[in-house]
Amino acid sequence: MLRRSAVVPALASLPLLLGAVACAPADEEPTATDPGASASPDEDAADVDPAGCVTDDMLLEDGTLTVGTDSPAYEPWFADNDPTNGEGYESAVAYAVAERLGFSEDEVTWVRVPFNTSYAPGAKDFDFDINQISITPKRAEVVDFSQGYYQAAQAVVALEGTAGAEATSLEDLADLRLGAQTGTTSLTAIRDVIQPEVDPAVFEDTNSAKQALANDQVDAVLADLPTAFYISAVEIPGSTIVGQFQPESGEQEEFGMLFEKGNPLVTCVDAALAAMEADGELADIEQEWLSDVVGVPELQ
Amino acid sequence: MPTGSGAWHPSERELARRAERRRLRVRRTGTAGLSTVLVFALLGLALVLSPGWERVQGTFFSWSAARDSFPLVLEAFWLNVRIFLVAEPAILVLALLVAIMRGTRSAWLAPARIVAVAFTDVMRGIPTLLLVVLLGFGVPALELQGVTNDRLVWATVALILSYSAYVAEVFRAGIESIHPSQLASARALGLGPVRTLRHVVVPQAVRRVVPPLLNDFISLQKDTALVSLVGVYDGVFAARDYASYNFNYTSLVVVALFFIVLTVPLARFTDWLQRRVAERERAGVL
Repeated sequence: MLRRSAVVPALASLPLLLGAVACAPADEEPTATDPGASASPDEDAADVDPAGCVTDDMLLEDGTLTVGTDSPAYEPWFADNDPTNGEGYESAVAYAVAERLGFSEDEVTWVRVPFNTSYAPGAKDFDFDINQISITPKRAEVVDFSQGYYQAAQAVVALEGTAGAEATSLEDLADLRLGAQTGTTSLTAIRDVIQPEVDPAVFEDTNSAKQALANDQVDAVLADLPTAFYISAVEIPGSTIVGQFQPESGEQEEFGMLFEKGNPLVTCVDAALAAMEADGELADIEQEWLSDVVGVPELQ
Repeated sequence: MPTGSGAWHPSERELARRAERRRLRVRRTGTAGLSTVLVFALLGLALVLSPGWERVQGTFFSWSAARDSFPLVLEAFWLNVRIFLVAEPAILVLALLVAIMRGTRSAWLAPARIVAVAFTDVMRGIPTLLLVVLLGFGVPALELQGVTNDRLVWATVALILSYSAYVAEVFRAGIESIHPSQLASARALGLGPVRTLRHVVVPQAVRRVVPPLLNDFISLQKDTALVSLVGVYDGVFAARDYASYNFNYTSLVVVALFFIVLTVPLARFTDWLQRRVAERERAGVL
């Protein structure tokens, strides 16, 4: 009795464990070819013909380009919180890339991807994610990025007539209560470049940041310039853009599309982006959706 | 070596029985040890051999990310501890008050009973998460004179209100579990309702509900992370911020360990407390 009662459960759990190993997803092809895939796309991009580049085995779903973005999808990157309408800068870029890759409008589907799940290990439920994600070397260790499709400056938003609106230099900002969204380069810019005396307020999303600004819980919030434009123009009455600055000296901060590590589709998207840059389509889209960015004072 | 007939010594049969018991015990321990090692080794193997392990290890168990994020998380986690230390006594007082208000019988105190019931229903009905946002952003939006608009204060108040509603019900259960004979005895001794409550009912009730109270407080410890919803930078938020910026979840594992380190000793302490009370109450019976 003793033997059976002790050993049987242990034995019984064996097939279960082995089953778990057996059921685990097989190693995908891209991971094996990983180093090659992520190292070269920039040089190759010009040689690749985007129209003939995509094959079904690169895609999550045959014949469909699945694009991810966060919800809510903010202006001016998207319009009306609806990425499928092709309006707003990122939506327009996504559809333009899709077209270059040979997908018609109705062959593009959108999925909702919260920012903090976009980099989870394992299979993604999108082909690429477009969500104002800044390309950084640390992030590139975990996911693959397309080449940059937008170069972002940081901007400071404050309520008119408050201490925040008076700031004319980065030094002035250091005395203020500043806020930004979690995980963003805006927050890092506050910490590394401005180094304020009070710890910056960190917000879940720009909505909370805006609320805190309106409530006088912070003096100013930082966001990338186009987002700051939308905040000041539409979302918070009486707010103004105090100024803009480039957080990393020398190297321009860029937004890239996010791919699962080793996804061969990156090369195709890079080729499409390169072509769009070459024939001016990218600039046209930027002109159409983000044209307001001139005329904001630079903060030193 | 035989001894005097008066001294007892185990018979051959007893010695054989003992030897057999020892043999069985050794075997049982051995089997348990072996099966435990086997099962956990296989589990570990299944984890490490799974095709995605390398990526999981890189993003969840990266030593360098752990070292990087540790000081950030530690500093921010201290805020969770402080929130907890402030909120817990406040909750105990408020909850006991609500429970007692609800348990009153006097006709004059009907308003108190109504307030107590409404408080529990409303505060328990609203998700804690919403309450934190509503108070954290809503109260400052009222622009009341002389009222702080500090997000940390209002988020903590929200936690206190929400948890008081739960804990009040725990206290009520404890109070109602006190046998009517206790009340009758107190009356017979000439104690009034207030002194009955103070000396007879509440002490016994509180002792009975210590385990569920601890449960609620461990829950509270974790829910201190909700203050991040209004932009208060606590340990969990620091970890998430690190994770989102660096695309590495290791910091979340780090902060999870902080919480475990905080709650486990508390749980053992309560176990010990419970055992002591039980032993004292059972004295002479078992």
